[in-house]
Amino acid sequence: MSALDLTNTFPRELEHEAIYIMREVAAQFERPVLLFSGGKDSITLVRLAIKAFYPAKVPFPMLHIDTGHNFPETIAFRDWLAKESGMQLIVRYVQDSIDQGKVKEETGKYASRNMLQTVTLLDAIEEGKYDVCIGGARRDEEKARAKERIFSVRDDFGQWDAKKQRPELFDMLNGKINVGENVRVFPISNWTELDVWNYIREEKMEIPSIYYSHKRQIIERDGMYWPASPFLNTTEDEVPFEATVRFRTVGDMTCTAAVLSEAVTLDKIIEEIKEATISERGARIDDKRSEAAMEKRKQVGYF
Amino acid sequence: MDVLRLATAGSVDDGKSTLIGRLLYDTKSITKDKLEAVEASSQRKGLDFVDLSLLTDGLIAEREQGITIDVAHIYFSTDKRKYIIADTPGHVEYTRNMITGASHAEASIVLVDARNGVSEQTRRHLFISSLLEIDTVIVAVNKMDLANYEQATFEGIKANVAGLAQKIGFKGSLTFIPLAAKYGDNVVTLSDKMPWYTGQPLLQYLETMPVHQRDESLPARFHVQFVIRPHSDEHHDFRGYAGKLVSGSLKVGQRVAVLPSLKESTIKAIYSGLNKVEQGHAGDSLNIELEDDVDISRGNTLVPVDAPYQQLQQFAAKLTWMDEQPLTAGKTFLLQHGVNRIKAKINSVAHVIDMSTIEEKADAQAFRLNDIGEVSIKTAKPIFADRYADNPKNGAFILIDEFSNTTVAVGFIL
Repeated sequence: MSALDLTNTFPRELEHEAIYIMREVAAQFERPVLLFSGGKDSITLVRLAIKAFYPAKVPFPMLHIDTGHNFPETIAFRDWLAKESGMQLIVRYVQDSIDQGKVKEETGKYASRNMLQTVTLLDAIEEGKYDVCIGGARRDEEKARAKERIFSVRDDFGQWDAKKQRPELFDMLNGKINVGENVRVFPISNWTELDVWNYIREEKMEIPSIYYSHKRQIIERDGMYWPASPFLNTTEDEVPFEATVRFRTVGDMTCTAAVLSEAVTLDKIIEEIKEATISERGARIDDKRSEAAMEKRKQVGYF
Repeated sequence: MDVLRLATAGSVDDGKSTLIGRLLYDTKSITKDKLEAVEASSQRKGLDFVDLSLLTDGLIAEREQGITIDVAHIYFSTDKRKYIIADTPGHVEYTRNMITGASHAEASIVLVDARNGVSEQTRRHLFISSLLEIDTVIVAVNKMDLANYEQATFEGIKANVAGLAQKIGFKGSLTFIPLAAKYGDNVVTLSDKMPWYTGQPLLQYLETMPVHQRDESLPARFHVQFVIRPHSDEHHDFRGYAGKLVSGSLKVGQRVAVLPSLKESTIKAIYSGLNKVEQGHAGDSLNIELEDDVDISRGNTLVPVDAPYQQLQQFAAKLTWMDEQPLTAGKTFLLQHGVNRIKAKINSVAHVIDMSTIEEKADAQAFRLNDIGEVSIKTAKPIFADRYADNPKNGAFILIDEFSNTTVAVGFIL
């Protein structure tokens, strides 16, 4: 791959658009909250919120739904970011929902708390009387999200009705709702994964260390690499081994797979992602690629 | 890097999906295996074209019915530009989705099947592009392979579309490109099968067409969204007006007037994010500090003192109706112009156009879903808007139903 052009690769227009959306949220709603997951997308949202209201403080708090299965690095980063940004941090725990008997812990080797957190989130929204939640979803992530609006209205039960979506014309956003309804707002709807990384690089943003290559105990399951942790239910033949990995997305330790990687800088990560769109994302990998992939695996300490 | 927003419209069988698939594939925005998977499942369904909607039709209703209902957003980029395609269904029932998608676009691609020539859909797309004052319309004459790559076929369609554009009153630029999207002819590289074509291939045209030029050249209009008062020790007296410069440019030191109060002041500082800048440009989100303490609130507009503006309280507008409940004269709504909301009443319905024929309906009294027409509107207080034709970014509005809270119409000030 040729040398990357380090300047002007992020389309700044997307930042202006996101800041405009952040300000519409602050102006149109009574009690906004920013949903913080610890991942790069929500870290980007915090950056955009700071810029939208500078030199004043961000006029809303961030809310983290802590599943209890987060990477310790994510939690440390979250606390640092709250301090750094001056934003109020509210944390609600899935464990509390479990203790209250509202949700039941999953069992088996694929057990995760990913599904459980919705209940904790809806309770937290009700408790905080939040009328709008800002989220980091992007339209390029998933098919259903490709059609979601920037202002997405949810009913009393937090449900999304695709057929009742409001048309969004030009840049005019309509956040008018009835009592009990709630709006989810996605300021980085039009960003792609690569846009987010280019932004992080150009803005020289801090991100949790697990996005960069590091040595870690992992197990292999279904052709993917899972971080070994007390939260992951393993079978006898799933023996942890050390490898050089990084995480491309960051969620719970029970549902976030690692990629073998030696990318220790943002430049390297971006190179990797660009390469991945050509080879790794699809289901079928041609021979040449898998050969190279095996070589890569060996390089990073597999076997 | 800049962003070019495009709108496409059409039914699945006119080759639109194949064309978008080509653009994605040739710019390495989709993996070979992903595209092959879509090709394979298109074949399984018995289709003789690549149904790219399989990638984007994520809504359950769309999967149930096998149709595209909503606007799909498709992203790809080159080293030069990021592209956002608002891909909309072409059928008359989804006119509102077409208009929604096109409202974000700077250019639109109208597909014409070389075998069939100008169709009802071609006319509708051209009409909507004209209604929205889209500057650049690219007429992609596709499936040239099935017309033996003949120049005469292309020229014939070109003449027909040009004539139609004139009849509709389209004022932008029309560019015609003969394509065979299936084989990649004139999509990214020039085709050797059509040596008579002397223009650029589609992607090259998109890469080099100027963007945002018009907005930047218009008089400045700054829509105030939010007043920033830090109340901190460091910025004790700071008062900034956060908003969007929808058109034109503004500089530090420039004299501006506040609409509607008509108070004047001078720009003391302009912030873009954390940085002070000397000048703001069309489309920028800015935070503007003025020299004097003037009363400014959300919904106000800052304009240069020497730029003409107009004040409207009773005006004519083109309207697209987007709700199941018909619109009749006498109804009241919330009108949102930029970020400013104001009570408004539909005084009278001037005429309604039937979107399947693009003809005015004789003595129509009501707008039904997807109808486009003209109305007379009265607002509770004056608004400071431009004619849509003069400044699209400051000349459009939406209507919000006060009971359902939903957006029911988009309007273009005449």
